[in-house]
Amino acid sequence: MTLTYNLQENFREVVPALKPKEAVDEANRCLFCYDAPCTRACPTSIDIPSFIRKIATGNLLGSARTIMEANPVGASCARVCPTEELCEGACVLNHASGSRPIMIGLLQRHATDWAMKNNVNLFAKGQPTGKRVAIVGSGPAGLSAARELARWGHQVTVFEAKEKAGGLNTYGIVSFRLPQEVALWEVEQVASLGVEFRTGTRVGTDVMPDELLQNYDAVLLACGMGSVPALGIEGETLDGVLDAISLVEATKTKPLDDRMLGKKVAVIGAGNTAIDAATCSVRLGASQVQILYRRTAKEMTCYPFEYEFAKQEGVEFRWLVAPKRILGENGRVTGLELIRMQLGEPDEKGRKRPLPIPGSEFVIEVDYVVKAIGQSRLIPLIEAFGLAHRGGVVEVREGTYQTSHPRVFAAGDVIFGGGKTDAMVVDAANQGKQAAKAIHQALSSLRQQG
Amino acid sequence: MADLSINLAGIKSPNPFWLASAPPTNSGYQVQRAFEAGWGGAVWKTLGEPIINVTSRFAGLHYGGQRVLGFNNIELITDRPLEENLKEIAETKKLFPKHALIASLMVEPKREAWHEIVKKVEAVGVDGLELNFGCPHGMAERGMGSAVGQHPDLVRQQVEWVKEVAQTPVIVKLTPNITDIRYTARAAAQGGADAVSMINTINSLMGVDLDTWLPIPHVDGKGAHGGYCGPAVKPIALNMVAECARDPQVGIPISGIGGISTWRDAVEFLLMGATGVQVCTAVMHHGFRIIEDMIDGLNNYLDQRNIPSVMDIVGKSVHTYSDWGNLNLNYKVVARINPETCIVCNKCHIACEDASHQCIDRVTDITTGKERLIVREEDCVGCNLCSIVCPVEGTINMVEVPTGKPPLTWNQRQAALSAGGSCDAGCPH
Repeated sequence: MTLTYNLQENFREVVPALKPKEAVDEANRCLFCYDAPCTRACPTSIDIPSFIRKIATGNLLGSARTIMEANPVGASCARVCPTEELCEGACVLNHASGSRPIMIGLLQRHATDWAMKNNVNLFAKGQPTGKRVAIVGSGPAGLSAARELARWGHQVTVFEAKEKAGGLNTYGIVSFRLPQEVALWEVEQVASLGVEFRTGTRVGTDVMPDELLQNYDAVLLACGMGSVPALGIEGETLDGVLDAISLVEATKTKPLDDRMLGKKVAVIGAGNTAIDAATCSVRLGASQVQILYRRTAKEMTCYPFEYEFAKQEGVEFRWLVAPKRILGENGRVTGLELIRMQLGEPDEKGRKRPLPIPGSEFVIEVDYVVKAIGQSRLIPLIEAFGLAHRGGVVEVREGTYQTSHPRVFAAGDVIFGGGKTDAMVVDAANQGKQAAKAIHQALSSLRQQG
Repeated sequence: MADLSINLAGIKSPNPFWLASAPPTNSGYQVQRAFEAGWGGAVWKTLGEPIINVTSRFAGLHYGGQRVLGFNNIELITDRPLEENLKEIAETKKLFPKHALIASLMVEPKREAWHEIVKKVEAVGVDGLELNFGCPHGMAERGMGSAVGQHPDLVRQQVEWVKEVAQTPVIVKLTPNITDIRYTARAAAQGGADAVSMINTINSLMGVDLDTWLPIPHVDGKGAHGGYCGPAVKPIALNMVAECARDPQVGIPISGIGGISTWRDAVEFLLMGATGVQVCTAVMHHGFRIIEDMIDGLNNYLDQRNIPSVMDIVGKSVHTYSDWGNLNLNYKVVARINPETCIVCNKCHIACEDASHQCIDRVTDITTGKERLIVREEDCVGCNLCSIVCPVEGTINMVEVPTGKPPLTWNQRQAALSAGGSCDAGCPH
């Protein structure tokens, strides 16, 4: 990678789009399988052979519609999905001798880029039903649900604490992977169906859960998760201790600054957000970026392609170390004391538990410590709705996403209880879609009774 | 959403896409699946005296990594009893009353035989009839199919017989295995046909096995010519449709057939005068589901041009298709190579050098030392060859250059000469 001191340049989308001929050639390589494994591997069940055939026949509008119909954040997913584990990993051409899988992600981007560039509205709102739905959070889950409900004619209001809608896709994924305009285009597509976005409105502070329950026929809680929790070690308040989510968000909302130029950065954690924080630091000009993880490469939750990308960016990985103390001088971070770890018995999630090796402490010189150890749960908000939860993970019924409150549904990270990888955007999109279906069914039966 | 419905000689269908009479329309099960998938109509696999088929039957032409550019077959008409087919036709029509269901027919060249089958299939409620005068293999050896379609008088006579009893519109399906298809199309019109459909398949031998020296496909060591179809035949079919569309002596609607695989192909046939299209090979390759993009793509094409109905484009390009003698001799295009996108593969140079007019020079740029390809425009005859072989889309453009001369066709030029005058400047005489 060639970095420049023009930081703006470093934050441009890193993967180049397919050129038109490349896209058509690639589309023509698709076998157009029947009951295709790629579609079965997609959490939102995009009819992949169909959208690819439409690229081949020059029906780009139809192609974009096929994608976005199944996945309201299909343009973002074209960029952030772990395709080698999903559609592309399932492509039958993986098995054909001398062949390679279709570049489904890039083709999906090609079609949705066309729709973005040509400023088309892909969908229309449905006949008004008179039913009102409140959605808390405008990330992938909330946005998907809003789009589906609006197409069925329900009046949808989305409450978003931030200044702009889009949630994680707008604020939480580095621009060189997912430019903000892509996420905002998806928001516009939903807004064009008459969905009202009340941005800068935090539910629980600016609007109370009770008000929502009173004024709306149904509520979807798609608020995601909270901020990065504290490490709980000495030195955490020093200048130079950052959290990964705020770091990424700052690069997407403020002019890029050069304070990391030539500095040493340590990132604690090895999920996708950690990778984002690390590559972000590289692109902000840091001279050394290390990811510190208390387990090994085998246990980390980032996608393999993100790991590869980070390595190509020059990010160093240190396994089996945990931070013990942040060192500082004059209120500024100067170093980090680490302790070596070893893996013990598997924990309740099946991951081997890291155990400190007594007396193995050592110090590394750093200027910044970035916390990427997951996100806290929005328990006060969940409890304000009176919803049953397990440690901040809202309990829902399988398939309908209905919570313990019959008129409240939940989708996205707020119901994510951990798994092999980080929570995926595409899963949140699907949950939003499925929850919308359940809400629609509930409202429709309500209407028949009423 | 544009109106995609068509009316072809009185046969209405919700969209212009019909399945051609072929293996995909062999049974009620298949046709019903097709209608569920979105096909607007279907021409049932040809009915007649049940035949005996051979194995194997099909072969594909694969070229440069793409499968099924061409396809051929030696399968005959339906091998199932007429009564069974009629029962399923009736069932299908009941389930899909708004879809076009057409019976393809082929019987011995006898008046009574035609009368009998027409009455039988019309009794079960078909929307129209298609007389199979096109099938080139097997049945032709027995005096049916293309054996009829190669003789205008036989076509005319058998259409007349059918029209004596037919209550529904009669489409005559023509063979391309003939010098000039307009003669049989005219004969069909004279016999009273309501429409013609073209093309049926072309005589072909798909290949010879280099190891066994046997024809492909073969039946126990022997092969016979089969009917050729698929994307490779589209230009032949499109020309025949266009020729018939612009021939006032044909003058009846055309159902276009031949290599249509996508909505784009369909648009071309419609523009050149077909009122609807029939598809087979693409379905044999991919299944009925290709209809989704065909409908979606056609609809988007019309919507993006604010064209309210697909019928509005039928025949819109026919007036642009003419005889060679009506082409402007004073129109000139030349090739221009975009140095920004040219990858210097030299394919245009060698094509021009060896196969055209030796006007693409390889020039070394003295400032950069890099090689470039430059067209000597004064020597370029505007043949298009270089732009055809160029692998980079949009790099070689054929650009119109004014000749300063008024339009002059060969026919005008000859007329002027025979009238004793001189033709326009530029004429050497």
